[in-house]
Amino acid sequence: MSTKLTEEMLSHLPDARGHFGAYGGRFVSETLMDSLMTLEREYLRLKKDPEFQAAFDKDLAHYVGRPSPLYLAERLTRETGGAQIWLKREDLNHTGAHKVNNTIGQALLASFLGKKRIIAETGAGQHGVATATVCARLGLECHVFMGSEDVRRQSLNVYRMKLLGAEVHAVESGTRTLKDAMNEAMRDWVANVDETFYIIGTVAGPHPYPLLVRDFQAVIGRETRAQALEQAGKLPDALVACVGGGSNAIGMFYPFLTDESVQLYGVEAGGLGIETGQHAAPLAAGRPGVLHGNRTYLMEDDNGQIAGTHSVSAGLDYPGVGPEHSWLKDIGRANYVSVTDQEALDAFRMLTRVEGIMPALESSHAVAYATKLAATMDKDQMVVINVSGRGDKDIHTIAELDGIEV
Amino acid sequence: MSRIAGVLENLKEQGRKALIPYITAGDPHPDQTVDLMHTLAAAGADIIELGVPFSDPMADGPVIQLACERALKHGTSLRQVIGMVKTFREKDQTTPVVLMGYLNPMEAMGYEAFADASAEAGVDGILTVDLPPEEADDVAPLFSQRQMDPIFLLAPTTTDDRIRAISEHSSGYVYYVSIKGVTGSASIDVDEVGRKVANVHRITALPVGVGFGIRDAETAAAVGKVSDGVIVGSVLVDTIAHHQADPAALRQALTDLLHPMREALDGKAS
Repeated sequence: MSTKLTEEMLSHLPDARGHFGAYGGRFVSETLMDSLMTLEREYLRLKKDPEFQAAFDKDLAHYVGRPSPLYLAERLTRETGGAQIWLKREDLNHTGAHKVNNTIGQALLASFLGKKRIIAETGAGQHGVATATVCARLGLECHVFMGSEDVRRQSLNVYRMKLLGAEVHAVESGTRTLKDAMNEAMRDWVANVDETFYIIGTVAGPHPYPLLVRDFQAVIGRETRAQALEQAGKLPDALVACVGGGSNAIGMFYPFLTDESVQLYGVEAGGLGIETGQHAAPLAAGRPGVLHGNRTYLMEDDNGQIAGTHSVSAGLDYPGVGPEHSWLKDIGRANYVSVTDQEALDAFRMLTRVEGIMPALESSHAVAYATKLAATMDKDQMVVINVSGRGDKDIHTIAELDGIEV
Repeated sequence: MSRIAGVLENLKEQGRKALIPYITAGDPHPDQTVDLMHTLAAAGADIIELGVPFSDPMADGPVIQLACERALKHGTSLRQVIGMVKTFREKDQTTPVVLMGYLNPMEAMGYEAFADASAEAGVDGILTVDLPPEEADDVAPLFSQRQMDPIFLLAPTTTDDRIRAISEHSSGYVYYVSIKGVTGSASIDVDEVGRKVANVHRITALPVGVGFGIRDAETAAAVGKVSDGVIVGSVLVDTIAHHQADPAALRQALTDLLHPMREALDGKAS
């Protein structure tokens, strides 16, 4: 059952307390409340400030290289034998992923708020690199928290961050992945709240983060909508994006929410298979709970302890998801599905081979589902995949699976 | 009147300050927790804060993070923690017990079921670190209706308007977090805490307990002078970590830590 959404309805989401229906909110310790309320107030003011928006648009154009192309993948379409497959090329952004759209926006916010010290969490390292990049450009002190397990499997990005002048803190607590990096970033923030701006990389976290990250990423969907009308003469029939925390997916989906004809597919990490429990798919197999400042679908045990996750892709290896996705799932506006590690790896190889485009392992999840979907659709229909990042950072993972040392 | 309010009022009449130790339930082992609670009471605790272990304790430093990991390794669940309070109550009907933890285990159990079981076991207060009053409308009344006090945090960053609003949602006492930081961080600036707590006292009639950064008798006495009670956590949990293998030595070590604090708070030479 799907609810018909209108612009009017969307203008009230999130509500004044940061809720998307039953989800979102602001569940943090008291020390952070004042900072979050200041951030919310300032962001809502700057959102309407033409000077701020002009600075953001200018950076997206001249520093990030936007708009990113919407590309018709003709050979992939022929191989798949169904709907036309188009690729939104976020992998062509400066730093190689969609993450930079948000770090540009939040670094601008930090500058307007006069904060000189930046912290960030990262999983695959893409958000860490995008944060270190904007900090280098603006001369801001940068600390990136990263689970030690991710430091190991994403060593290339760790070195990139260090070259950019960031200090990378390997987090040894818990499962040593993205959720623990976020815990540690929150702890640092509490201790240094006066001078520090926390650049959260996804649409999760306490209000107003899910709102402002979505707004900064919505450029993806706005461009796609205009490009589809211009290049194909119509709106797409389906949009497909991978979902870890869900920032590239919400950025793609949001400008299409009121376009009822456009089907939305968020692809979670199925890991070794949903039935094995070894996955990172809270929307597919979790239940609502509270973590990292918001209520949302989570992977947890019967006692409310957060469960360990598994994905071949570090960027999707997270037990929660942005609250707006939880809401979109419940009202039936977006479909949430999953593909396994193996399907994602196969899709990585296919896109590389037939289009000469090497997607990130995260984005490969979207490619895998989209090709299955396109095969069931008519030839005159149109599917857009958000290729949220490029795969160079994953070469070591792929080579290791092939038993090759690079 | 709740058991917490009664204890704090008695202390006030006597001109004394509350000593409120914190330990994590299930650390070092679930079988030892009730015994350790009795040890704390015998060593002079006025109220016991019993931590509910959580996999992602975002407001805690390394000492309590490790305590949570030890407790969870033995599978300590919220239902078991409530069971520990019930067992504790078989021998001690006077020392109030506050459950302190994070929201998700309570949400997973179901708020109504959690409130019922806690009240039935003899829990006196609930302090949820990541539940600000703004999100507590559906939860805190369940506690109040069962004569359990919802206890909220105040921080150095809390504005006067929020102090007022938070106090209106609280009963028993309010917990003033003395430093910007996680549990077990750097030591506190007693003068600054004194100014802040005086401001809280100006706004609310509720007793003010002060926690974070109190590690010894001297600091406890100094903070006691400017507040209604001191909460001592990480230094006790650290002691537990060091005596995991020897329960008798652990009991003695905890007593040796708390006793001087009790004496110092009561103005006796240690």
